[in-house]
Amino acid sequence: MLQIRTPKTGRAKREVEKRAPKIVETGKKTLILHGTKTSQVLNTVLTEIYHLKKDNAVKYTRRNDNIRPFESGGETSMEFYSLKTDCSLIVFGSHSKKRPDNLVIARTYDHHIYDLVEVGIENFKSMVSFSYDKKLAPQIGSKPFFAFIGEGFENVEELKHLKEVLLDLFRGEVVTNLNLAGLDRVYVCTAVSSNRVFFTHCGLRLKKSGSVVPRMELVEVGPSMDLVVRRHRLPEDGLKKEAMKIAPELTKKKEKNVSKDAIEGKIGKIYMPDQQVGSVPLPNKAKGVKRERREAKKKGDTKKHEVKKQKLEA
Amino acid sequence: MGEVEEQQQQHQIDLGNLFAFNPHHNFPSVPPSREELVKECLEQGTKLVQAVADALFSLPSVEDRDGPLVKLPAPTIRLPREKPLPKPRPPTKWEVFAKKKGIQNHKKDKLVFDEQTGTWKRRHGYDRVNDDKDIPIIEAKMTDEPGVDPFAKRRSEKKQRVEKQERHRFQNLKEAAKVGALPSHVQLAATAIPITGTQAAPRKVSKEELQNVAGMAASATASGGKFDKKLPGEKPQKHEKKYRKFLPVVEGSGMGSLERQQTDKVLSKLMSKNSHEILNVEKAVNMYNVKREKKRRNQPGKSSSTSSKLKPKNPHNKTSKKGSSFKGKSKKGSSFKGKSK
Repeated sequence: MLQIRTPKTGRAKREVEKRAPKIVETGKKTLILHGTKTSQVLNTVLTEIYHLKKDNAVKYTRRNDNIRPFESGGETSMEFYSLKTDCSLIVFGSHSKKRPDNLVIARTYDHHIYDLVEVGIENFKSMVSFSYDKKLAPQIGSKPFFAFIGEGFENVEELKHLKEVLLDLFRGEVVTNLNLAGLDRVYVCTAVSSNRVFFTHCGLRLKKSGSVVPRMELVEVGPSMDLVVRRHRLPEDGLKKEAMKIAPELTKKKEKNVSKDAIEGKIGKIYMPDQQVGSVPLPNKAKGVKRERREAKKKGDTKKHEVKKQKLEA
Repeated sequence: MGEVEEQQQQHQIDLGNLFAFNPHHNFPSVPPSREELVKECLEQGTKLVQAVADALFSLPSVEDRDGPLVKLPAPTIRLPREKPLPKPRPPTKWEVFAKKKGIQNHKKDKLVFDEQTGTWKRRHGYDRVNDDKDIPIIEAKMTDEPGVDPFAKRRSEKKQRVEKQERHRFQNLKEAAKVGALPSHVQLAATAIPITGTQAAPRKVSKEELQNVAGMAASATASGGKFDKKLPGEKPQKHEKKYRKFLPVVEGSGMGSLERQQTDKVLSKLMSKNSHEILNVEKAVNMYNVKREKKRRNQPGKSSSTSSKLKPKNPHNKTSKKGSSFKGKSKKGSSFKGKSK
């Protein structure tokens, strides 16, 4: 027999409701995982990605022997962790002879793997190695700019995919109100060759330019690295279609016959059908024949009213 | 302004994501030194960010204590959702009924004046109006049965009403669960609270599956469950495999001719498979031509030719001198050879 079970405390209920599917989603959470072996470089990379995303990320530090993305059955653990931590972006680092400094970025949909991109890390420069004015250091959780450069991001399928994944990974929450004073970070990605992307994180210095728009100046704050695309798996078509759905509540219905003008304001058009004067019968009242009788009726009414009033008075 | 437009044509800008993409920039095939590369990237990046900022700062802004606030448009680059869309809850039985009858909900006051105590009290819940606990006396009626406690009756009736409502709620939740539109904090199972709203309740084990498992357990003895005691109501096991059948040893009619039928079947199958190869027309024509030529060569000289390749193959060749009627036969023989191939 089934049983109705509900959270017993308010806190538990709030937590469960936070994880429920929503029409407008809040930002995706990131989970950072380590493989069987990770090199020193990779450890730093994972830590620094965690630092970049600190407001919305979970980092696991244990080694995971049974996670093998791109292999059948090697994703169960990842999916389980995704469910457990409610994260839908997974960054998984592993180091092997065949694939040194390997970073797999996975996205999940409904806690099942949606797509995967595997990149190798080269020429890594840590945050620590950059020296800059600490006032320019980006604040946690600020909305980043993205600058993608190079035709590779349009022509090469892997890079196109990587572009989307990187954007999803770092963009944070979709906002409607933005404080212009809080803009302080830029992610610059450059397609150097058909499989290599130069990725760097910059701070932003707003300088006076004499006009409303300040002059932007990028200051590299790190980390910066080369991402060499290795394997990637695109989402299945059916899954993609489902994941890209927009709630029907959010799509605006086209407003017909209403136009807005700065000068005249809101203008509506009304369409009237033709008045077919000839064919429409005239209303009853106009019938002159019964005029006398109607008048008589009215008179009778007034008499009755008088009678009633008299009764009441009596 | 012209410059800006030109830039926007060059760059793809998504203001909702603060995203800019320059698909036209090309790097020389031989990468320059690292520093130069980084420098060029930053330069290009600055241009792109400036392009985004141009669009961003031209949006209408509201001055706030922390800085100017800007309304961002929706992102144009579509990214996949994290979880499926929540499904709408199906209407409850009451809602269906109310709609059919055109019953509309009216808001009721939360507080009601209680005439018994002369105070304002809650309509429902703790310390409510017309609470059973507040009734000290129930007047006896003529219709009352003797020996029935009216207070207990009232209590049990109330309990029944609550139970009925609970049943209805459960039924409605079950309907919602079928569509997958259970409220996120409710689960219809004996297991843990759902982590997300989309997880289905554990499936009931079907009768067939149970029977399978029971059958497997029963047959897990040395005798395959043959000599086990049957429980009351338990049926004998189903025979899963094929029964072996043997053909009769002696040939005859009816069942006795079965073996012949079988072999016939096999043969005809084989024949029909190769039927398209039975007559190799090309070969037959070749043979016919060769033989005719040989005949022509043999007839004028009346001496047997020795160089013919066909000679050892054709046993009738020696007697070919005897007459035309025999030649026809030899022809047939050659064509038969073709057939046998």
